[in-house]
Amino acid sequence: MFEIRFHGRGGQGAVTSAEMLAHAAIEEGNYGQAFPSFGPERRGAPVMAFARVSDAPIRNRSAVYNPNGVLVLDPSLLKLVDVAHGLAEGGTIVVATHRSAEDIRAEFKLEGRLGVVDGLSIAMSTIRRPITNTCMLGAFLKATLVDEKPLVDLQALEHALKKRFGRIAAPNIAAFRKAFDETVVLEEN
Amino acid sequence: MGTRIGKEVSIGIAEAAMMADVDVVSAYPITPQTHVVEHLSELVADGHLDAEFVPVESEHTAMSTCCGSVAAGARTFTATSSQGLALMHEILFIASGMRLPIVMAVANRSLSAPISIWNDHGDVMAERDTGWLQVFVENGQDAYDHILWAFRVAEDHGVLLPIMVNFDGFIVSHVVESLEEWSPEEVRRFLPPYDPPYRLDVDNPWTFGPVGIPDIYLETRKAHDEALLGAKATMVKAWSELADVVGRQYYPVEQYKADDADIVFLSMGGISETCMTAVDELREAGKKVGLVRLRLWRPFPFDEVKAALGGRKVIIAIDRALSTGGPGGPVASEVKAALYGLETRPQVIEFIAGLGGRDVTVGDFKQMYEKGAAVAAGGPVPGYELLGVRA
Repeated sequence: MFEIRFHGRGGQGAVTSAEMLAHAAIEEGNYGQAFPSFGPERRGAPVMAFARVSDAPIRNRSAVYNPNGVLVLDPSLLKLVDVAHGLAEGGTIVVATHRSAEDIRAEFKLEGRLGVVDGLSIAMSTIRRPITNTCMLGAFLKATLVDEKPLVDLQALEHALKKRFGRIAAPNIAAFRKAFDETVVLEEN
Repeated sequence: MGTRIGKEVSIGIAEAAMMADVDVVSAYPITPQTHVVEHLSELVADGHLDAEFVPVESEHTAMSTCCGSVAAGARTFTATSSQGLALMHEILFIASGMRLPIVMAVANRSLSAPISIWNDHGDVMAERDTGWLQVFVENGQDAYDHILWAFRVAEDHGVLLPIMVNFDGFIVSHVVESLEEWSPEEVRRFLPPYDPPYRLDVDNPWTFGPVGIPDIYLETRKAHDEALLGAKATMVKAWSELADVVGRQYYPVEQYKADDADIVFLSMGGISETCMTAVDELREAGKKVGLVRLRLWRPFPFDEVKAALGGRKVIIAIDRALSTGGPGGPVASEVKAALYGLETRPQVIEFIAGLGGRDVTVGDFKQMYEKGAAVAAGGPVPGYELLGVRA
């Protein structure tokens, strides 16, 4: 079982990206689960979403406390939220930032494998809106590759994006691919 | 059997109602049920479902509309939560007393005050004695299957009672997970069209809901009680028919790794799945522990509960509601009543867990197990505990 926590701000699509991951896992024949941190929706406020991916049925309906992966959709959250809280051993954090992984690690003392990508620039050049959620899915799948194999099939994920975004799927898929290619991964200390 | 697809559970419920080819949906949106009726209104507006969607100004009217439509012979569905269910309260008795087979999905949520949109079973427990059939589901597949099953049971001429399908708000309703949909052919094999023996019909008039003078009210209540108790046989039969069609078998009371267990958890609804993971981990550590899950809540399955729990050392009963100023939790009360007549009674320890959306984790179940193990080892039986409450 791979457990994932998404940190974003209300309106940035954290829940959508969690759902895309679950859909991709299910389409591949595995099991996936995605849910928001339940509560009133507040645009701009720090929010969380959760996902689980497994090759066996998922029997856990509590929040994720020891994530194997953490996605940070907005770098300003690093100053507000302990995004590494409870990170599982060997866990991975990916952050949307234009800064280097070394810089981010030094300033915020982030443990684990760290992936960074300039999600905002990619989002502005593809979907033309400051929404980094699809970028960060690409960054996450790149940073969590095991023997070159992604956690969920990349085509299954693109298919999920296509279904969700319909007419605006193409730029989102472009953002996803570009972020996958450009993500820089810094191994655990 | 179909392919597993990813779907938000609320959307699955709406689509199951569409597969049942409902004629009338009357509902008012309330968190966390909103996605169910919102999606149904879309399905009707987009022409996927040929039904009358009746938007109303309150849940009191939603349930009243349902009563009228089902009495007129229309297959009828609604959904609600919490304060919405509470606002229906008066009409719930009318629906059941008039033997109107409405199917209602209830996304369980706590009641105000203080205002809480989050999950527990406080809403449905306040409606326990409304004379409705009541079942609980644990996940999206259960929920989808049980909407179709609910119509099959409620509309059976031997039953003719309204039914609530309870699914936990947020922890089930808002989760994207996998489920298998039914094909139209499977639905056709399982669910006959609604064919009420009595309906509002100007050419063949019947009186619905007249005065019950003291000379007859008592007999109607007895008939209602017998109808509820007797419905269990039809429910079990319908579950077995459902297994024939889609290969999933449900029971009034279900067990998980409980065959040889001295200590068993007893739970109802979505947290049962989290409990299964705790049981897995405790079993790996060599503990003889299992889980018994209540699916059927009304009629209460006394015989099945006795069969599943008799002979155990300790029952760890988990409630999702508090009977304030009373005996603790409503489920534990019922379970104790079921076990009272046994010669050797298991010890029952009670936890009220996850009130108002407080998360219930695998670790919480392990802590409850430790307390159960202490009682099994001869320790004193504590009173009910509000799990995780701050002093």
